Amino acid sequence: MIRLERRPQPSRLWTGLTPLLAVLLTMVVGGMMFALLGKPPLEAIRIIFWDPLFHPQFAAYSRPQLLVKASPLILIAIGLSLGFRAGIWNIGAEGQYIMGAICGAGMGLAFYPTTSPLIFPAMVLAGALGGWAWAMIPAVLKVRFGTNEILVSLMLVYVAEALLASVSQKLLRNPEGMGFPGSRNFQQYPAAANTEIIVGTGMHWGVVAAFVAVIFTHVLMTRHIQGFNIRLTGEAPRAARFSGVSPARIIILCLGFGGALAGAAGLFEVSGPAGQITIDFNSGYGFTAIIVAFLGRLHPVGILLAGLLMALTYIGGELAQLMLGLPGASIQLFQGMLLFFLLATDVFTNFRIRVGTTKVA
Amino acid sequence: MNRRTLLSTVAAATLVTATLGTPAAAQDDPVKVGFIYVGPIGDGGWTYEHNKARLAVEEHFGDKVETVYQESVPEGADAERAITQMALSGADLIFTTSFGYMDPTVNVAAKFPDVKFEHATGFKRADNVAVYSARFYEGRAIQGHIAGKMTETNKIGYIASFPIPEVIRGINSAYIHAKKANPDVEFSIIWAYTWFDPAKESDAARALIENGADVILQHTDSTAPQAAAQEAGDVITFGQASDMAEYAPMPRVSSIIDDWAPYYIQRVEAVIDGTWESTDTWDGIGPGMVGIGEISDAVPEDVKAEALALKDSIANGEYHPFTGPLNKQDGTVWLAEGETAPDGDLLGMDFYVEGLSGDIPN
Amino acid sequence: MDLSSINPALLIASIMISATPILLAALGEMVVEKAGVLNLGVEGMMITGAVVGFATAVSTGSPTLGFMAAALASAVLSLSFGLLTQVMLSNQVATGLGLTLVGLGLSSLIGKPYEGMKSPTLPKLDIPLLGDIPVLGRMLFSHDAMVYISLLLVLAVWAFLKYTRAGLILRAVGESHDAAHALGYKVVRIRLMAIFFGGACAGLGGAYLSLVRVPQWTEGMTSGAGWIALAIVVFASWRAGRVLIGAYLFGGVTVLQLNLQAAGARVPVEILSMSPYLITILVLVIISARGVHGAPASLGRPFHASS
Repeated sequence: MIRLERRPQPSRLWTGLTPLLAVLLTMVVGGMMFALLGKPPLEAIRIIFWDPLFHPQFAAYSRPQLLVKASPLILIAIGLSLGFRAGIWNIGAEGQYIMGAICGAGMGLAFYPTTSPLIFPAMVLAGALGGWAWAMIPAVLKVRFGTNEILVSLMLVYVAEALLASVSQKLLRNPEGMGFPGSRNFQQYPAAANTEIIVGTGMHWGVVAAFVAVIFTHVLMTRHIQGFNIRLTGEAPRAARFSGVSPARIIILCLGFGGALAGAAGLFEVSGPAGQITIDFNSGYGFTAIIVAFLGRLHPVGILLAGLLMALTYIGGELAQLMLGLPGASIQLFQGMLLFFLLATDVFTNFRIRVGTTKVA
Repeated sequence: MNRRTLLSTVAAATLVTATLGTPAAAQDDPVKVGFIYVGPIGDGGWTYEHNKARLAVEEHFGDKVETVYQESVPEGADAERAITQMALSGADLIFTTSFGYMDPTVNVAAKFPDVKFEHATGFKRADNVAVYSARFYEGRAIQGHIAGKMTETNKIGYIASFPIPEVIRGINSAYIHAKKANPDVEFSIIWAYTWFDPAKESDAARALIENGADVILQHTDSTAPQAAAQEAGDVITFGQASDMAEYAPMPRVSSIIDDWAPYYIQRVEAVIDGTWESTDTWDGIGPGMVGIGEISDAVPEDVKAEALALKDSIANGEYHPFTGPLNKQDGTVWLAEGETAPDGDLLGMDFYVEGLSGDIPN
Repeated sequence: MDLSSINPALLIASIMISATPILLAALGEMVVEKAGVLNLGVEGMMITGAVVGFATAVSTGSPTLGFMAAALASAVLSLSFGLLTQVMLSNQVATGLGLTLVGLGLSSLIGKPYEGMKSPTLPKLDIPLLGDIPVLGRMLFSHDAMVYISLLLVLAVWAFLKYTRAGLILRAVGESHDAAHALGYKVVRIRLMAIFFGGACAGLGGAYLSLVRVPQWTEGMTSGAGWIALAIVVFASWRAGRVLIGAYLFGGVTVLQLNLQAAGARVPVEILSMSPYLITILVLVIISARGVHGAPASLGRPFHASS
């Protein structure tokens, strides 16, 4: 009889060990999958995990790209982690990300072709506000009526997607785009473009914002009373209420913070790497960020590392497709495996495995 | 990571590709040709045909070329990275096969002046960026003719994707020729707002059939409408992008095939010879970029003969599918008697021709 | 515009076909959620069912075997979610999203050899007498067997939850797993069974797409149907009868929109396509404002016997 016994404290040893174990397991099982597909397994794994960082030809380009790919994931995941710590489940970050992009891009396009240096900050603000406002819908409904925020925020993703399809074909469509759906490209609109701050580093304003968010959240959670309140609400809701923490305030705060960061991430992406609003520019970052938040154990530094790891599998996966002709789907499956193993091995952090007869507690 | 290392790496990479690209080096090293696909290679339509042309390139040149591809590359940020990585991997020639790759292709091309780029269906060129597209509307004319002759209910259903000039051209071309063959014909058009969603395309085909259409034309890429027509029985369809021959002879009576192979082979040849130049290609049936799939036995002999005659006259340039007199939907004159449409009008087409009902959504 | 060309009987018949995949998937997910588990991996399970069902039907020539294999494959896949969330106590939201990733990747690898193939499809049942009733016969009594099976399944789930002891236990587990555990019920085992059932239903829904509604296999062919199924469960406020209404409504909006276009009407496509979700939010607000908690109280919360 095997059973799990809860550890009084999460094991520090296992917290560090489980990601390594999960990556190792993924390599073994993923390698078997690659072998079954008739591809050299060791080479495939080397390309995915090693080449984006150290390949003589690609690494100089891939390393900055890791930051570009990881920054929206980290920014959104940081915002979500606050709520998740408090037991508030915003799974609609994808919708907030889209609304942020629409509002921010709309702000920029409304003033086209201005050269004012104020336009980009105004767009960031509009983006964050757009995301915040979209997240306020589930927040207010939860505070006012007790409506389940998981479901409302998820439903609002579909609504945001329909709005995105609409604006990219109508309101924000590029008048010079020959009738193709999609907005003007911000890369040709210098004042409003989110360009690299130092060329060749991948360091755009979204990356800066992600790093700031990591530090800010870390300080908030460890040093500030609101951080304590958030953790208390998540771990012991009743105790939190007795000590005078208003649940409504925590809900508004956490959902608003997550929405604003997701909205800002959307704006940074649309005005930078993506370049324009198109029907499907969103590519699922809001959902992937949920995975990143959990891989990072809801800890700011953990999320930073998890975001980078996720980006590594994306970029390494692309290189493996390019160099070995691996099917794109096998990379998707590989990422799914990595996630499953990380989630599965996490059990060792909080529980001890006991073999033997059950002792009556 | 600093600026200098990146630039030096890019320079080194372009140096490598530059030497690879010269005719002398081509004798020892294969020319590397890259393809960026928007869908999975098994989509049975758009990407499937591009990949088929890639295989034709491999077969044609044997050891002289090496091809690489990346499938399901989302348009936007990921596209720019995928194209850059392909250029870094030493590709000499890269085909980016979707409209949404236009700006990323131009951006990457600026960083790799010695790599050649070919962008499908776009309109932005550079010294090392050529553009190419196919005159699918020529094929639509033949479809329209067969459809007009074959319909018994006089109702032709059209599953359109997005209201962009290419799709509108197709609708107009098909309508003009259906009307010529059968003055009583009516078009009902469904905008599906997708290029590829089998379930939705299937529903759209059913909706058209239930509204009385007995011919379904599609400008979306899956074979789902074919299956819906087959189930309904006496409805005919045409293959789109690829031949879709598995649905012949009924419901699929013919098809428009995107045949990229001749063009790809010609362009790879140019790179091997060192004669590649940035060009703007818009080819139709004549040069073989638009293929007409075999017209099946379900089509009566005389209609088949007329259709083939129409095909020949378009192919040898005797006939232009948009020849006046033609009016716009609102009755204003577009083309006078005997006048043919200039390419500029066709590339930016945003109106229906006279006789079509409904509005183009925008 | 000529709306008279829309034949209501045919329209309803189309809606029934179009809604069957999401009805099956939503019904399964509802049982899972009733047991207190939120499985966001419906899309992944559906597409796995679609490919396995198609591959089996092509190889054996029997669509019936295809449906059975699809149900089994998706149910087994869903057990990986069950194992992770119930035994290893991983977070349900993250695991469900992972399941979607795995399902999409796996299905496209399995499906590669089957692209462009045709499969045998389910025949339309020719119900004597009923099928000959004018209008109603064409509308309601000339479908394939799976449409009726899905309707029977709605009835069965409703009766199971309402009248059987096992259904009562399942609901108890979903409302308060600690209380159910204290009463001696095997919470983990019951939830695993619910997850298995949910997986099987999603698999049937997926197979209906690839074997009847489309019918063919193409990569990514579910294009979001699994997410719609999740929305329907919420819309239905966790009641079997309302899942049926929800599925027909959600499926109906698309079919109606396409039919209106075919008849030449100008349709605000975006407003129509977002309306079911707005209605769902409204429904959620109304039930929560009434103070009735539609959602099972333990939904999404992990359970460990010692805690």
